[in-house]
Amino acid sequence: MRLRGRAPLALHRPPTGSTHRKYPPRRPTLATGTEPSSQAGASGVHAASRAAIPARHLRTDRWWLAPACTAAGLLAFVVYSTWRAFANADYYHAPYVSPFYSPCLAQNCQTMHGGPNWEIFGPWWGLSPALLILIFPLGFRLTCYYYRKAYYRGFWASPPACAVAEPHKKYTGETRFPLILQNIHRYFFYFAVLVACVLTFDTVLAFRDEHHRWGHMGLGTLVFLANIVLIWAYTLSCHSCRHIVGGRLRHFSKHPVRYRLWGWVGKLNERHMLLAWCSLFSVGFADLYVYLLATGAFADPRFF
Amino acid sequence: MSVQNVGGRETDGTDGTGGHGVAGQRGEARPANGPGQAQGGQSGAYLAHFRVWRGDADGGGLEDFRVEVHEGEVVLDIIHRLQATQASDLAVRWNCKAGKCGSCSAEINGRPRLMCMTRMSVFDRTETVTVTPMRAFPVVRDLVTDVSFNYAKAREVPAFVPPAELGPGEYRMQQEDVNRSQEFRKCIECFLCQNTCHVVRDHEENKAAFAGPRFLMRIAELDMHPLDAAPEAGLDRKGTAQDEHGLGYCNITKCCTEVCPENIKITDNALIPLKERVADRKYDPLVWLGNKIRRRGQ
Ligand code: SF4
Ligand code: SF4
Ligand code: FES
Ligand code: FES
Repeated sequence: MRLRGRAPLALHRPPTGSTHRKYPPRRPTLATGTEPSSQAGASGVHAASRAAIPARHLRTDRWWLAPACTAAGLLAFVVYSTWRAFANADYYHAPYVSPFYSPCLAQNCQTMHGGPNWEIFGPWWGLSPALLILIFPLGFRLTCYYYRKAYYRGFWASPPACAVAEPHKKYTGETRFPLILQNIHRYFFYFAVLVACVLTFDTVLAFRDEHHRWGHMGLGTLVFLANIVLIWAYTLSCHSCRHIVGGRLRHFSKHPVRYRLWGWVGKLNERHMLLAWCSLFSVGFADLYVYLLATGAFADPRFF
Repeated sequence: MSVQNVGGRETDGTDGTGGHGVAGQRGEARPANGPGQAQGGQSGAYLAHFRVWRGDADGGGLEDFRVEVHEGEVVLDIIHRLQATQASDLAVRWNCKAGKCGSCSAEINGRPRLMCMTRMSVFDRTETVTVTPMRAFPVVRDLVTDVSFNYAKAREVPAFVPPAELGPGEYRMQQEDVNRSQEFRKCIECFLCQNTCHVVRDHEENKAAFAGPRFLMRIAELDMHPLDAAPEAGLDRKGTAQDEHGLGYCNITKCCTEVCPENIKITDNALIPLKERVADRKYDPLVWLGNKIRRRGQ
């Protein structure tokens, strides 16, 4: 009889699910006659069984700086983009179209020569057309694994920083509605790829002059180029993208092409946070640039 | 990791800190078998202010110490000096003093770290260094905590399922297929990640439902294992990761990654990929449909 071998990666445990045992709930503390110095009935780091330390944390570094900056940065962008999304004005200055209004899906859109005008929504749509399209990038970034970390820490203090006790009594994480919906992130990724394609098209259109003649370039063209590179880098560095191109495979050796792609996406993915911030800034800046041109506050320096 | 040095056990003063090599002249400044005492007018030696938590499950508090520090030393050296000179009954758990056994986990200035891998040179000389036990686990005494939560969680993860058709010596795996798992195998089971994760650190009641980053990473490791026969054995590692081991509790805030002394990218390479695999299994109608069709076609 041949003995059953075990793979080098196996741990020294029987290969069944029969050893399943749930961690028993904490046993009641014994009546020792000594009053535990931690708060009675408290949970978390002040639970009775834990080392009695009244402070919520003992960190001496500036742990609050990162969540504060994150919250401030996100807040600034939310305020700016809300204003611009509802403004419904100053989003086109030939040949540039603001990324907030592209593609423009309503009949009330300004006509952009050769631009991303698709009148899917008829005259009954009276609000800003930006609202129709911004849902997708918004959903993409809202369910993004990096932004989740950023706003859970920055806005929800869950946790504010590592080893700093969070203020919430109960915590269920992403186990139930509404946060369980974070699991649909991949669908927003698919839409984000489409939106990035449209923005690429807009960037190509930026190689025209104000009379829609091809083969010209201005400072705005560079702004759009930088933006689209960052948008693509951010989109492709997505964790869902990494999973889809190869992460879900078990045998990389049987899929050399996907393995290679997975490696590339992984390289980008390591910088996902940086790309998230850079692309957020660049998309806001591209919009601001168009706004300044459209309001006449600034004239686009033309190169040729 | 179970050795518990209660009592005035002295640092053996061999090359324990040598591995952390910082001071070039340390080698001759300190005899290889000496007790690690101050060398006369050795430059770099100074008196540091330490605050160490002393007590047990019934209560306790931070105690102040003035203690000598030499160049090139780590926090564990100082704790050992306290044991040797001022607090002979100070309980501390350690083994390797080389960042490899995972025994000396504690919190230093509120940050979960290995005491043997935290150099004194990172602190200002005037700074008070506060050392407490890990704050997510029940305290036993002084710096020693009861980490049995982690062993219970380890047992809950079903082990590797050997493929039926392969015998001993017949396992063949390509390097690119085991790269991912090998990153996770660097784990030294220091449980700093388990200690820092706010899901259980801040919510004792979640301990029953949540396996913690270290063991969710173990599930990811097995799910990525090229030879694991769990699916054939009817074991769904992805589904159970969510339903039985509490993956949904993790909100990917990356504190486990931040404290891991082995620099394992726990969140990016284990937890998020596992979340994506769970989404494949449970939340993605397209993948579900695709699998149905493919299976029917076979
Ligand atoms: S990333 Fe998840 S497992 Fe890691 S510390 Fe945060 S909540 Fe815990
Ligand atoms: S994953 Fe890292 S932090 Fe967690 S137990 Fe292993 S070595 Fe320690
Ligand atoms: S966009 Fe950030 S993870 Fe998908
Ligand atoms: S003593 Fe082994 S890791 Fe610190």
